[in-house]
Amino acid sequence: MKRATIHELTAAYTRGETTPSRVTDEYLARIAKLDDKVGAYLTVTADHARAAARTSDERYRQRRPLGPLDGAPITLKDVFCTRGIRTTCASKILEHFVPPYDATVAERLAKAGAVLLGKSNMDEFAMGSSTEHSALKVTRNPWDLSRVPGGSSGGPAAAVAAGLAAGSLGTDTGGSIRQPAAFCGVVGLKPTYGRVSRYGLVAFASSLDHPGPFGADVTDTALLLGAIAGHDPMDATSIDAPVPDYAAGLERDVRDLRLGVPDEYFIAGMDPEVEGAVRAAIDVLKGLGATLERISLPATPHALATYYVIAPAEASSNLARYDGVKYGLRVPGHDLIDMESRTRAAGFGAEVRRRIMLGTYVLSAGYYDAYYGQAQKVRTLVRRDFDAAFARVNLIVAPTTPNVPFKHGEKADPISMYLNDVLTIPADMSGMPAISVPCGFTASGLPIGLQLIGRALDEATVLRAARAYERATDWHTRHPELS
Amino acid sequence: MSSGSASRRTPEEPQATTVRGESKWDIVIGLEVHAQLTTRTKMFCGCPTTFGAPPNTQTCPVCQGMPGTLPVINRRAIEYGVRTALAFECRVNAACRFARKHYYYPDMPKNFQISQYEEPLAEEGRLEIDLADGASRTIGIQRLHLEEDVGKLVHEGTLETAQSSLVDFNRAGVPLMETVSKPEIRSPQEAAAYLRAFRAVLVYLGVCDGNMEEGSLRCDANVSLKPAGAAQLGTKVEIKNMNSFRNVQRALEFEVARQTDALERGERIVQETRLWDADRGYTRSMRSKEFAHDYRYFPEPDLVPLKLDAAWTAGIRAALPELPRARRQRFVADYGVPAYDAALLTQSRALAEYYEAAVREFPQPKLVSNWVMSELLRELPGDDERAIAQAKVTPSRLAGLLRLIDDGTISGKIAKTVFETMVRTGEDAIAIVRREGLTQVADAGALASMVASAIAGNPRAVEDYRKGKTAASKAIVGHVMKASGGRANPALVSRLVEEELEKLTKR
Repeated sequence: MKRATIHELTAAYTRGETTPSRVTDEYLARIAKLDDKVGAYLTVTADHARAAARTSDERYRQRRPLGPLDGAPITLKDVFCTRGIRTTCASKILEHFVPPYDATVAERLAKAGAVLLGKSNMDEFAMGSSTEHSALKVTRNPWDLSRVPGGSSGGPAAAVAAGLAAGSLGTDTGGSIRQPAAFCGVVGLKPTYGRVSRYGLVAFASSLDHPGPFGADVTDTALLLGAIAGHDPMDATSIDAPVPDYAAGLERDVRDLRLGVPDEYFIAGMDPEVEGAVRAAIDVLKGLGATLERISLPATPHALATYYVIAPAEASSNLARYDGVKYGLRVPGHDLIDMESRTRAAGFGAEVRRRIMLGTYVLSAGYYDAYYGQAQKVRTLVRRDFDAAFARVNLIVAPTTPNVPFKHGEKADPISMYLNDVLTIPADMSGMPAISVPCGFTASGLPIGLQLIGRALDEATVLRAARAYERATDWHTRHPELS
Repeated sequence: MSSGSASRRTPEEPQATTVRGESKWDIVIGLEVHAQLTTRTKMFCGCPTTFGAPPNTQTCPVCQGMPGTLPVINRRAIEYGVRTALAFECRVNAACRFARKHYYYPDMPKNFQISQYEEPLAEEGRLEIDLADGASRTIGIQRLHLEEDVGKLVHEGTLETAQSSLVDFNRAGVPLMETVSKPEIRSPQEAAAYLRAFRAVLVYLGVCDGNMEEGSLRCDANVSLKPAGAAQLGTKVEIKNMNSFRNVQRALEFEVARQTDALERGERIVQETRLWDADRGYTRSMRSKEFAHDYRYFPEPDLVPLKLDAAWTAGIRAALPELPRARRQRFVADYGVPAYDAALLTQSRALAEYYEAAVREFPQPKLVSNWVMSELLRELPGDDERAIAQAKVTPSRLAGLLRLIDDGTISGKIAKTVFETMVRTGEDAIAIVRREGLTQVADAGALASMVASAIAGNPRAVEDYRKGKTAASKAIVGHVMKASGGRANPALVSRLVEEELEKLTKR
């Protein structure tokens, strides 16, 4: 199967060269053949996909496709509720949970004609940076099967990298879209907080959870964003602002843009190959006419610690509902409390339990002000850093991660795993849109990501600069060898 | 709940058992009242709030706390909260926030309740209450906030013996308004008076149906005692599970007596939560402070801070109805009815409006009041807004009936039987009077023969009268009335009988 992007596929459908059904069958065949190696999927919805593809065929036959995603074979991170299709969050506690409703983003993609191939793997409840915390499956990096795909959206990133889906949706709470995008050599966008509805996204940390797209290139990413963005009356935190045509302005140049290069994002101990590739990428943007400016985001070093107060606090609350009473796993006990304790002990993995305990602690009476209250103050400082920077520059350019994909089991202690997210967490804390685009490979062939962070609701500029860089390079045209 | 006569002290109500303690100890009571708001839909989703539907039929993924669902604030619930806050003269905060309150209980879908904590909807209000001796007091209101109700557990058998429990989430997510009084209530009687006044305001505002037995209104109390005159408050005990006005008073009376006894024995009061057992008439310990919940409140991240538009709030203020206390005072001043009548007539907005409508058509306020209190309230509970509003005997029909008495068409006695028919059939009084031939007989000619035969048939009465027992004429009048089927004009009959007897005596 020749690799094709979503915009190439839909163009081919329109020209009558192939059909959504034929392409869907090719993807399903490829999943059947290769996913044993990659492990991107938790659930493959072949029948569902074929039925959706057939209705898409019909629309193309009548020359009335629904739009640029009609017939696009995609996967959703298994954190988005899908009616009638099990939604596990890669956990034991929701292993057999079948939601009675669709997440807003799932509904919007379906209405745009996208074909859902299945649900993809992740760290349990999106807590992790390697997908190793999935309670259900191991996902491998398509570029090196001994290495992790990143996380928590490792499944959706690996699926796109391996050609097991043309596009996908993930969630980014501390870097969970951008880090796996960088590790898997694909494009991943975390939109502005509130730009995309969270309704139906199983919450990890409500104030930090951002749904967003993965694409094989920037154009596909823009098309996917266009379909899912916009106000949702079911999400009180979603922003009621018009959604621009993200694909329309993509090909404009970047000569009007000022790019800030933050000192704090080139940290001691980062992989020199990563730093080299990112510096080279920044030079490419300069060569395209963008103006560079050295900036400082002084609160950056405190963002990680702050995140590990706020995110677990919200998680401890959000995950309280999984008690065996209503749905999901139930382990019998001799009374109610015993049943709930046994259910939660058996249903949650070690990392999830760790974060629930951490979060419970920081919200406890007597500790709240010192931890949660203080963390909210630091979060305000992080946001102010960005506000100050964006008064001067249009975009911030930086590495997505300080390192390259690591081997399975390599980061056994939680802290070294947490450090992976040090460069992605600030944009989650501030809610600013940020993208990771492929910007090179290490000598051993592992992908590296360039991060572009933009002003609130200015995804268009983020995408334009990413596309300008992509147009000037060919990293996105390389694909891992899998057979 | 005691019904229309709530503001009266009925003889069977127990007296406080703590008379001996009242001089040595000051009672300090604070009340927390939870009121279900009568919005059509729930606090954070679009499900209906109808009471009594089959279990789990009024639910959706949001109020079942399904993974991935999010709350959206019900604007009407905020409006009701603001309306109530303004009626209590609270300071309505320009911005408020919802917060999550955590504890594990299977009737709570998310194992946290969306409530308000540090930034409530409103603070610092007051409620004027009337005491049994006719005096009044102002009780401060500390705060008023909104939250969601929890579901309901149904046990097979009792909680202790049931093999399993079922949960009904119909009630989960119904808007609740919690109002916390300041600890300024000084006796169980005052607590009951506070609750009555509180309920009347809510029902007047149309924000709550006030039904304590169905749980629309729930009350918890904090009670402590301190040495008389002391500044420092004693250790407080929280009392739960009081599901009627009467039970609130009984529970508090019991608790005050229990604490008095303990203090006088030199014991310390333990800070704890106690449940009122209405059947056995005592409070028992539920949990002590050591087992108190740490609710781990934090601002609800799924909802942005709520900012109230000043013009919107002003609009709600302008539309506030006249409140029960003001109306009561106006009834005394404008209609000249006794305070007792005014209190009964204003127990609900519907009843007060009923009364005023009837007086407009038949401007004899005291007579209308008598009929409303004695006849209408015999048929209908005066605090039931809907029953009063839908009464078959409309204010207009009542006025019509009273006009028939006034113009002599029927007697007051006949009118009462006509009223009973009106209650059943919903007809106008005049239609019943005509159909049943109840028109008063006021024709002296027609009555003369009846009078003559009554005198002829009662020689003893006539003899008595002749001996000077003029009261004996009443017996004759009674016979005439009976013979006329009650339709004879009593005044006319009296006169005719007197005249005839005088003639006989002089003979």
